[in-house]
Amino acid sequence: MKPGGKRQIWDEYQKEIADDNYFYVRSCVRQNFFPGAEKTFFRYMKQLGRNVVENPSHTTCSGIGYHSDIVPFETAMTMVARQFALMTEAGYENFVTSCITSFGLYSEVLETWEHFPEVEEQTRIHLRNATGREFLKPKNLAHASDVTFKLRKEIADAGRYRLVNQDTGKPIRVVEHIGCHYSRMFPNKGVGGAEYPYVLVGMIEDWGGEVIDYPERRHCCGFGFRQYLVKANRGYSISASKKKFDSMKPYKPELILTNCPGCPMFLDRWQYAISEMEGTTYGENGQGIPVMTYEELAGLILGYDPWDLGLQVHQVPVEPLLDKMGIPYDPEKKFLDIDGNFIGKPKSPSFLKFY
Amino acid sequence: MDNTVIVIGGGISGLTAAGMLAQQGLDVTLLEKENETGGHLARWDRLFPDRKKASDVLDFAMKGLNNAKIVTGVTITGISRHQNGFTVTSPLSQYTASALLVATGFELFEARKKEEYGYGIYNNVITSADLEEQFKSGRKVLTSEGKTPGRIGFIHCVGSRDEKVGNLYCSKVCCVTGVKQAIELKEMFPASEVFNFYMDLRMFDRHFEELYYEAQQKWGVSFIRGRLSECSENPDGSIILKTEDTLTGKPLKMTIDLLVLLSGFVPSGGTRGISKMLGLQEGDDGFINSADQHSQNNLSGIEGVFLAGALKGPISVSEAVADARAAAAQVTCYISSIAVTHD
Amino acid sequence: MIDFGYTLTRDRQLDFDRGDFRYLKLVKSLEPSMDLCIGCGSCTATCSAGGFTDFNIRKLHTVIRRGDPESIKAELKKCMFCGKCQLVCPRGVNLRNLILAMNRAIEILG
Repeated sequence: MKPGGKRQIWDEYQKEIADDNYFYVRSCVRQNFFPGAEKTFFRYMKQLGRNVVENPSHTTCSGIGYHSDIVPFETAMTMVARQFALMTEAGYENFVTSCITSFGLYSEVLETWEHFPEVEEQTRIHLRNATGREFLKPKNLAHASDVTFKLRKEIADAGRYRLVNQDTGKPIRVVEHIGCHYSRMFPNKGVGGAEYPYVLVGMIEDWGGEVIDYPERRHCCGFGFRQYLVKANRGYSISASKKKFDSMKPYKPELILTNCPGCPMFLDRWQYAISEMEGTTYGENGQGIPVMTYEELAGLILGYDPWDLGLQVHQVPVEPLLDKMGIPYDPEKKFLDIDGNFIGKPKSPSFLKFY
Repeated sequence: MDNTVIVIGGGISGLTAAGMLAQQGLDVTLLEKENETGGHLARWDRLFPDRKKASDVLDFAMKGLNNAKIVTGVTITGISRHQNGFTVTSPLSQYTASALLVATGFELFEARKKEEYGYGIYNNVITSADLEEQFKSGRKVLTSEGKTPGRIGFIHCVGSRDEKVGNLYCSKVCCVTGVKQAIELKEMFPASEVFNFYMDLRMFDRHFEELYYEAQQKWGVSFIRGRLSECSENPDGSIILKTEDTLTGKPLKMTIDLLVLLSGFVPSGGTRGISKMLGLQEGDDGFINSADQHSQNNLSGIEGVFLAGALKGPISVSEAVADARAAAAQVTCYISSIAVTHD
Repeated sequence: MIDFGYTLTRDRQLDFDRGDFRYLKLVKSLEPSMDLCIGCGSCTATCSAGGFTDFNIRKLHTVIRRGDPESIKAELKKCMFCGKCQLVCPRGVNLRNLILAMNRAIEILG
């Protein structure tokens, strides 16, 4: 492998990411699977002196419905317009999304309005009739992982831990996985383009880890919306994740890093489902390969308490990685809520070794 | 008008034309950008279909140069027109002539642009030009780990017939190059398996179809109809291909030790530069249009400016030689005030 | 094992690294002209059996080259040995013998 070859491609796909003053919109479902992630984003942005605001009356962008063939495009555009209206009313012009599908939808809508101004006009009329709101288009649209990528060096400088195995001194081997809607639709809207995106690679490298290249690296995790949401299709959908696991196994990854809501949910939960269906586990000692989002990893680097990040809710135990990195945690506190009450412990899986 | 001609470009077309013009008694100066003439032909080992040495063809052209003046290492910075012809300027010198013959040729498509094919990223991905150089050097073609390749793949249509890189045209000669090189590798490594992945096989000239027949029957080269969509690397450096076997209708996955990309033609930097200076007519595909593809294929539409060779589009060596001689004949007519068009 | 109500789908790619090429080797030794096939489909178009069934002689011979002999075992029985395919082949593949060779391979290798 000649790493220089990929660097040339990364240099060709550069992207404008705003510096400060972000209007943030959340993901519909991410907080169910990774409860601490979005909160952590706010926390480290504040620590690094950046201003991020959100409006509690913002809604879903309806990407989840749009991609499941339930919400028509006109409706989706009007909902997007409302989100932009909230941003305009707050006096902001830099739009940051938590979800990759959102990012893809916002990019798609802006691009559609760019080529078909009459559609934009029509959306304005719809929004005015439905809510009375007016909107301006954002000057800069970025995904929260783009912003974290931009600040990765500051995070590394302020960080207390590195992606390095404390006992052996070797970098942690990380598989990075990019959500399909990040750069496959518009390669020039992703850092590094569509074939070899750089947004997560940059973070891993600057935080001390080693990125693994494996044959099915560019394969979709299989989420697919319509495929996964319908039980009859679900086996086909999760088979895509299984293909990725089978392909990455010989490379012995110690962590999977993702930037989409659906992908980490898939890659984390399906290690459990596959182990129950077939008895196969991935990772060392049958413990599975821990999966994290970039906010959770940034939080660990910065020394936040792992249980504040929501890591206790991960299906594949994260503790082996914490031990490797030398990050302290209190096992007793894992299943306690904010007030110190025990919330119950999940049953141990049959094959995936719990911690 | 006097009998001076400037030939721009010292590849096989330029050299052939210059020689023939000199033979006909004209005062010829050939200007070549690089420090040596010979163009692409100088870097190739053997030509299809008969496996003749490229150097034989080049030597033949060189021997025929007669008293043509060859000037190498010339960067042309401007061309101006005056009453009696043209002045071609370079940083160090100036050249004048009554007629210009432009033979600035082609470059190979930069395979790096097909990111998903991994050229410049994976060690065992090379182009047909890289392979030809290895043949010419006489070395055994080994993988980057120094091993004999057990399985070799050729990918046709790299950079051609591809909307994504902006080249819709077919580069014509890469298919037969793929067949030729497949045979050459089978000769080098009889025990290896060689696979050619193609969309269509363009065996357009005499003996080409027989070469394909020979590749299959005598050498056991396998032809799989399906274009490479992406490749990735195994830990040991071998390459994993993903294509579709369109003839069975199933996706196909294969590990190979060495991948050869058959890169297509693009107009050369020299062609684009000279075209702008002279105001030549460019087609949608970037190559230069002649005044008429059938009946006036060496005329540019600009008086006194003639065209020969690959600057007009993908072409084989034998065709380039014939085209250069045709261009030279037209130039001689022009210089002798014999009409080259009849209205 | 738990049944969640869905099953994992197997990869249906032709995997050259996992194919069974013994059949190909044997058939090739019995009928070397099979190497001449260019996949034009003239044989399949004129085939007597192909008009009534799924039998596709072009595909069958290609599939055996890809290391996937399972699909052909039941199919070969449909050939009527009329010989029309061989008459029409532009490359001169000895198709009738090729079918006999494939049958032979299945006899020997199972």
